[in-house]
Amino acid sequence: MNRPESYQNSHLLRPGNTNCGGCGMSIAFQMFKRSIGDTPVQLVLPACCAAVAAGGFPFSAYGAPVLLSTFASAASTATGMAQVARLNSEDIRVVCWAGDGGTYDIGMASLSGAAERNEDILFICYDNEIYGNTGGQRSSATPAGAGATNILKGKIEPKKDIMSIIAAHGIPYAATVSLADPDDARRKFQRSIKEKGFRFLLILSPCPTGWKSDPSMTIELVRLAVRSGLFPVLEVENGSRWTINVEPDFSKDDLARYVSLQRRFKKSEIKPDEMGAEIDLKWKTVRMLAGCNTGV
Amino acid sequence: MITGNHAAATAAVLAGRANRSGRGFCSGVYPITPSTECMEFLCLQDIEKGHVVKVESEHSAMAVCIGASVSGARSFTTTAGNGLIYMAENVMVAAFLRLPVVMVVGNRAVGPPWNIWTDHSDSLALRDSGWIQIYCGNNQEVFDAVLIAFRIAEDHRVLMPVMVCQEGFVLSHTMALTEIADQTQVDQFLPQLNLPHRLAQTPRVVGSFTSSRMIEAHREQHHNAMRMAWDVYTEAQTDFEKTFDRRPPDPVVTYRTEDAELVLVSMGTIAETVNRVVDNLRDRGLRIGSVRVTMFRPFPFDALKKAFTGISRIAVIDRDISLGFGGVLWGEVRSLAQPGMVVQNYVSGLGGGDVRPEHVEQMVKDALERKTTGPSIFVGVGE
Repeated sequence: MNRPESYQNSHLLRPGNTNCGGCGMSIAFQMFKRSIGDTPVQLVLPACCAAVAAGGFPFSAYGAPVLLSTFASAASTATGMAQVARLNSEDIRVVCWAGDGGTYDIGMASLSGAAERNEDILFICYDNEIYGNTGGQRSSATPAGAGATNILKGKIEPKKDIMSIIAAHGIPYAATVSLADPDDARRKFQRSIKEKGFRFLLILSPCPTGWKSDPSMTIELVRLAVRSGLFPVLEVENGSRWTINVEPDFSKDDLARYVSLQRRFKKSEIKPDEMGAEIDLKWKTVRMLAGCNTGV
Repeated sequence: MITGNHAAATAAVLAGRANRSGRGFCSGVYPITPSTECMEFLCLQDIEKGHVVKVESEHSAMAVCIGASVSGARSFTTTAGNGLIYMAENVMVAAFLRLPVVMVVGNRAVGPPWNIWTDHSDSLALRDSGWIQIYCGNNQEVFDAVLIAFRIAEDHRVLMPVMVCQEGFVLSHTMALTEIADQTQVDQFLPQLNLPHRLAQTPRVVGSFTSSRMIEAHREQHHNAMRMAWDVYTEAQTDFEKTFDRRPPDPVVTYRTEDAELVLVSMGTIAETVNRVVDNLRDRGLRIGSVRVTMFRPFPFDALKKAFTGISRIAVIDRDISLGFGGVLWGEVRSLAQPGMVVQNYVSGLGGGDVRPEHVEQMVKDALERKTTGPSIFVGVGE
């Protein structure tokens, strides 16, 4: 397909890629690119759907230079690239774009190492709460109650609190990004691409294939997760200053609708009430950390 | 007087600095006995346009080297034993991405049982990883091999990583008289790195997905490039001699093999002991010689075949074991045997066991007496 040059440059993940319809990660890429404009980036993709989306040799679905790293090594591979860019005084931003497996699980050690060293890297986790490209197995990001192909009745353990772990490294900037709150998302993308040192963004990224949801409901699912308090939208500066950016209404109806729009919670023995209790507990911690800092 | 570790690190620093007119030097490092002092020394140097990243694991150390190398910098690391095995995934990635990383392996037994002493089993477990492998016999060879490794790794006819192996403690911690070089000499010997597939600003994927037929093409190219390494190494030896006034060893080093009935084949420092035994036994009228393999990958078929001309018995000493098979070196050497030749394997010196002259004499006696090749024999076990 011959597309005008300007069209090519306007996409980081170009049209015609292999992602499923309604993929949260595809939407995240468009929002990210529109936010950062012409800022030159290099992408490091560990094993995940974003790596598969690149397509086969010699083609690339990405409008930027990409290195496919090993699953566990996105942050350390990016370290080498960012250090050499610094040594050569180049104004290129190195961005890791990883799934929850490459962030919460197998990528945790190298992520923690790069954060502790405050490498000049933006690490973005698009969190679809499962191992997506292997067909949907549980990860430590899978929430309690959600089923996966290797845990049919749903996970018992709660989702790992990655933001507290990341914040504990005291990095300059960390934030969660809601695809249903584009103004807040754009501000965070713009801030994090410019900021020096290690930055971390967590994006809740619905996976219609794994969550068994309607592809047209992706943004709606994020909206419901934010409103119900399931996905707190916040940011952490220097590991200590926590700010809540979107105040949820903690609606039980929104929570029930969030669960009913997906079939992954169907076989679960965990009831929305129990999920509500988990949300209350989480928000007690968030409020304590944020003190009186609220962005609303 | 410096140790093997300091010789390796000194060479790496000189090589790193030599790329200051290019895209610099960047290295990821992690400590492990017996390679720690190499990384420590590297960390404490001031390298113009260079940076050493102290990472949280060997796996990440090689990942940093991959990222740095793909960005066009010269890159180096060092590890040993279980560290190398932990790093293995990224070791293979560096090769398959055809990145000219140089790594010094301080050969160490892979535990358990835990043992920090020398053994070739770590680097030989990565025999098929797509790296060139050089095994050193003394500290001078370690220093020289690191410089020559960058030269062949970065040559566009080769373009792949090189592993320089030195036996842990035997070389890594033993001080010996070692001639080092001036920066200007190294600048001359190592021109700036120009990586043809450097990741810059053009949108493309390095390390892409590929089909069955394309991966075959990649492996075939890699294999053919590996086979270029012999010629490139020979050229580099000559240039090295011109620049530094000494010549690094050939891929196969022979000692008194002329008119020999039996040769003993080994790698690393064991050859020094074997050479002494050869002298002693020749004085007693035995026609024996010694063959040292310094370049294990690409495997020097032709040079070995030449060394084996007119020889009917070969004893292969392995400081490693491929369990369920025998010595790894033996397996390779055996593939060159002519019908009727005895090619006997002796496994000795695992986990730092001393391979003493009396052990070698025992091997010679057995190899001269036997009618046919038998199963691998362990020599010196439990002494």
